[in-house]
Amino acid sequence: METIKLIYPVEGGDLIEAGEASSKMKLTLKKLGLPQDIIRKASICMYEGEINMVIHADGGQAEVEVDMNQITIRMIDSGPGIPDVEKAMQEGFSTAGPTARELGFGAGMGLPNMKRYSDDLTIDTTVGKGTTVTVIIKIPQ
Amino acid sequence: MRLGEIAKILDATVIYGKDLLDRDAASACGSDFMSDVLAYVKKQAVLLTGLVNPQVIRTADMTDIICVTFVRGKHPTPEIVELARARDIVLLSSDKRMYEACGLLYSNGLRG
Ligand SMILES: Nc1ncnc2c1ncn2[C@@H]1O[C@H](COP(=O)(O)OP(=O)(O)O)[C@@H](O)[C@H]1O
Ligand SMILES: [Mg+2]
Repeated sequence: METIKLIYPVEGGDLIEAGEASSKMKLTLKKLGLPQDIIRKASICMYEGEINMVIHADGGQAEVEVDMNQITIRMIDSGPGIPDVEKAMQEGFSTAGPTARELGFGAGMGLPNMKRYSDDLTIDTTVGKGTTVTVIIKIPQ
Repeated sequence: MRLGEIAKILDATVIYGKDLLDRDAASACGSDFMSDVLAYVKKQAVLLTGLVNPQVIRTADMTDIICVTFVRGKHPTPEIVELARARDIVLLSSDKRMYEACGLLYSNGLRG
C-alpha cells in the first residue's frame, strides 16, 4: 500500500459541529479495509484532538497519513499553546469553560485518552504560537 | 443481550432503529461525560446517558457503540436523530433514571 495523505480542516467556534473531520476519517479508514480495532483507536484519538482544537485553539487542521505500518495523525493549530505539558497530560486537569462541560467534555481526559489509545503521542507547543499533537497508531502485521 | 430486550427491560420508546432491535449488545456504559465514555467503553456497547446533544452520537460513532439510550425521558432533536440514522445507531428513550436503568440491565445479565 502506498502512503495515503488526508487533510481535514477543523472549524473553530461551535463545539456542536465538532467531530465532522473525525467522522470523515473513520469512513475513509473503513474503505481502506483496516482492522476495526485500529480504526476505533485512531477515531478516538482524532476525535479528542479535534474537540481540543475547537475548545482550546479555535480550530486548526488535521493531517492523517496511512501506510502499511501505521496511521499518523497530526493535529495542528495556531492557538494559545500549552504552558505546562506535563500538567496538561494529567487526568482531570482542564482549563475548559462551561460550554464544553455542558456538552460532556472538559473532564481533562482528552490528552490522557489519546495516550491510552495510541502507540506514541508527541506534543509540540509554543505559548502564543500554537500546538501540534501527533499520535501514531501501529498496524499489526 | 438483544437491543429489543433492553428496550423491554427499560420500558423504552424506540426513537430510531425499530428494524435493528435484533442486534446484540455485549456490554453497557452509563455516563454524562463523553471523555469517560471514550476512555472506558468496550466494544458493541449500549450507552446510557442523560446528556442530549450531537456529540453524544459522535462519541458513540467513534467508539462503535451500537445503541444510545436517553434516560430520564429525554428526547433528542431531529438533528440528533438524523446523525444517528446516518450512522445506523439505535436510539431509545426511557423514563427511568440513570441509576435504576443501569441497575435493571445489570441485574438482567448485561455487564459493564
Ligand atoms: N490544542 C490545544 N491548545 C491549547 N491548549 C490545549 C490544547 N489541547 C489541550 N490543551 C490544554 O490541555 C488541557 C488538557 O487537555 P485534555 O486532556 O484534552 O482535557 P480537556 O480538553 O477536557 O480540558 C486543556 O484543558 C488545555 O488547557
Ligand atoms: Mg480535551
